[in-house]
Amino acid sequence: MNTSPSTTAPTAAAAPRRSRSPLELAFRHFLRNRAALVSLVILGLIIIACFVGPLFLSNDPTANDWGAISIPPTLSGQHWFGTDELGRDLLVRTLAGGRVSLEVGLLGTLVSGLIGVAWGATAGYIGGRTDAVMMRIVDMMYAIPYMLIAILMMTLLGRAFYLVVLTISAFSWLDMARVVRGQTLSLRTREFIDAARATGVSTPGIILRHIVPNLLGVVVVYATVTVPGIVLTESVLSFLGLGVQEPMTSWGVLINDGAQKLESMPWLLLCPAVMLCVTLYCVNFVGDGLRDALDTKER
Amino acid sequence: MLAYALRRTLWVIPTVLAVITVCYLMLHATPGGPFDTEKHLSAATLANLNAKYHLDQPLWKQYLLYLNALLHGDLGPSVRYVDWSVNDLVSKALPVSLGVGGLSVPIALVIGVLLGTAAAVRRDGITDRIVMLLGNVGNVIPPFVLGPILVWVFAILLKRSDGHGWLPAGGWGDGGWRYRVLPMALLVIINVSSIARVMRGSMIEVLSGNFIRTARAKGMPGHVIVLRHALKPALMPVVSLLGSICISSITAAVVTESVFALPGLGQLVVDGAINRDYTLVLGLVVLTTVTAVVFNLLVDLAYAWLDPRIRY
Amino acid sequence: MALLEVKDLGVRFARRDAAPVDAVQRVSFTLEKGKTLGIVGESGSGKSQTVMALLGLLPGNGQASGEALYGGRNLLALSQRELNLIRGDRIGMVFQDPMTSLNPFLTVERQMTEGLQLHRGISRRDARQKAIEALQRVWIPDAARRIDRYPHEFSGGMRQRVTIATALLTEPEILIADEPTTALDVTVQAQIIELLRELNRELGTAIILITHDMGVVAGLADDVMVMYAGRTVERATAQALFENPTHPYTRGLLDALPRIDDGDGTHDIDAPLRTIAGNPPAPGEAIEGCAFAPRCALAKDQCRSTRPELEPIAGEKDGWRACLRPVDEMMEVVR
Repeated sequence: MNTSPSTTAPTAAAAPRRSRSPLELAFRHFLRNRAALVSLVILGLIIIACFVGPLFLSNDPTANDWGAISIPPTLSGQHWFGTDELGRDLLVRTLAGGRVSLEVGLLGTLVSGLIGVAWGATAGYIGGRTDAVMMRIVDMMYAIPYMLIAILMMTLLGRAFYLVVLTISAFSWLDMARVVRGQTLSLRTREFIDAARATGVSTPGIILRHIVPNLLGVVVVYATVTVPGIVLTESVLSFLGLGVQEPMTSWGVLINDGAQKLESMPWLLLCPAVMLCVTLYCVNFVGDGLRDALDTKER
Repeated sequence: MLAYALRRTLWVIPTVLAVITVCYLMLHATPGGPFDTEKHLSAATLANLNAKYHLDQPLWKQYLLYLNALLHGDLGPSVRYVDWSVNDLVSKALPVSLGVGGLSVPIALVIGVLLGTAAAVRRDGITDRIVMLLGNVGNVIPPFVLGPILVWVFAILLKRSDGHGWLPAGGWGDGGWRYRVLPMALLVIINVSSIARVMRGSMIEVLSGNFIRTARAKGMPGHVIVLRHALKPALMPVVSLLGSICISSITAAVVTESVFALPGLGQLVVDGAINRDYTLVLGLVVLTTVTAVVFNLLVDLAYAWLDPRIRY
Repeated sequence: MALLEVKDLGVRFARRDAAPVDAVQRVSFTLEKGKTLGIVGESGSGKSQTVMALLGLLPGNGQASGEALYGGRNLLALSQRELNLIRGDRIGMVFQDPMTSLNPFLTVERQMTEGLQLHRGISRRDARQKAIEALQRVWIPDAARRIDRYPHEFSGGMRQRVTIATALLTEPEILIADEPTTALDVTVQAQIIELLRELNRELGTAIILITHDMGVVAGLADDVMVMYAGRTVERATAQALFENPTHPYTRGLLDALPRIDDGDGTHDIDAPLRTIAGNPPAPGEAIEGCAFAPRCALAKDQCRSTRPELEPIAGEKDGWRACLRPVDEMMEVVR
């Protein structure tokens, strides 16, 4: 018996769908993740409150309202979060602290991101000995207890804002570098790189113009993972009394302050602590959502 | 196996050396000598002090002298506490840190492994949900927030008949167990969350594997499957995790000792930094780096030793 | 009386965001003492799920229905604890992939002796001795020393022999082998088949052999059941099946076997290899009529609307087919 001609019924022609760019697909996938969406909204509200809020609030973080010392949070009246023993409004201080903490987080992520991407992309693209040496340095730095070095650096170099950012960034780029290197290694073998090289594009040119744009997905995801880490490191340093200096305040400073006055004024600890935790939680969810959304694109 | 161990050990040396050198340079390159704040020193006293700490020598000589001392286990004299050597200060603080931090890691390990296993075996059940929730708590609430909250609940809200908190709010007192409970609890909670999460994920993966199916087909009861067949393979990622826990323990120790005012190594570091006690800080950095690197090495070796497939 | 009697076995998998999948539907067969039953089918035909259901090894979202009578009890209704008394003792199982079926963290000795210790209550030392003998019987050289090694120190073929030896240690009445040779080299395949045949002869163990390879079945089975899309399409003695396949699918499978000669004594080296055009339906796909119809040369309209039931084959003892087209039509095409 000879093989029968294929008798599978032809599938009905699918209705043509509008072609969607990978970015759009990722965006849509992200929107479907409810936890991430809610977190993004909350995060947005917090950011707006911290940066824009003080414009609407009449109080200033260092102003002392001697008529209202150490009052617990009340919704009626002026001081929604209460005040401390110097009559300073806690809500305003929390928002001001949030501004600083978030600024450190964002700037620190930017700086460490730049270092990490540059390091990782170069190592991954050049490969060979250079790669081995560069990643060996990363391995060594991983083993160093960075908190101690950070403490050391803050004591020696002083506590100006930009120094805080630099100190923290100095150790936060390691994960980014590793991930970027991995991604570069896999990109390097793709055809469009060969094509670029064949037309004579120089090595830095290739790295800049062809590899880096394709790293965006991975970089964005890792950036969201880095932000909470940096905010936390700054908070710990501030908690130990080694972070930003007066009159600047950050959540870490406020929490340290609150921890010392727990017996009498627990809200001094709780309000900034809640803000910090909620922010970190939301960033985590957004990061997870981004990772999910961008992962599907890769498939 | 031997070659692998040797190679890994060798890399310890340049790492530690690099750290020491960088810190040393940082300390000495920044303006401000250790005695600048002392205003009442006569020229002679200053000269003597400088001689004692070799500050009158060229930098490279100081560096080599320091390295030499290190090799003999001597971390040098403290700059701040003039009659004490760093070794003395460290040996006073070490038992405190070990007694709290060191002990909390094995406790967290045992609890974390138990919880993770329970969650994996009864997946999607109540145990699982509780464990995941706990995991998130330890993950999201930073130690410097959780610590004060613990203090608030157990030392302030809960009071004994004599008016004092149920547990002390801090301090080391006589070193009795009351002073250790809260700081240890804090460290355990932080570590349990990551260990339990990793253990759960790992156990779930192992339990869905083919060799577990074979064991079930042989009629092995549930507890035998978990204990004899699944536990060892599932522990591997947890062993790897221990390495990074060691590093984060150092930060955790610094924070914990600050929150609870414990006279341990973490507190020593912070004090030393604030007081510009160069030798003390440098000595502690050296000590912790060496410990961290060695510990990581041990973890790597343990990993290779546990898995029978990695044999040379 | 049959050793194992399976009636209307079905396996259904629940899915999170979709309708449940029926991977196996209304499968029935009997297994006599000391006989070998071959279950044949392509991937996705449900053959593995059938035996997994028998031993209670379905994944969490799987549910078995029907009856599987063994020793007067319905295996499908037993709890895991009750099954533990039967699995590894009265019914043994050998899996497809020897590379992953053994625990890499335990020695072979531990994995072989635990079953004996549990089910027979003998000491570890005695169990070890028996295990060494079993390894020798499956032709593992230097068994006494090798037994303390780890699985990764054995080759694939040796590992499979270890698995078989382990399963036979408790002298089970039934051995289920799920594609025991698929992951092995052809030469090793032959050894394993030979081993199974010898063990069946010597120990009188009944074997259920699952495979997609008709050649393997030919060498070993007394009876054969052919499955397609979760259902039985033909069931007969091996002899009858190979001489007179009565279902178009079976016919297609047999034709697909490459042969040295073309079955008629000639040998055309340029003749294309025969295949069955098309692909089997995805598991769980709702099908109207006969599942094989899209690929069948004999299909008519009624095949696409009515599902064929298993009916006895006239003139054959213990022969069953599920096809709406009459047998003679098939035979004509053959000739």
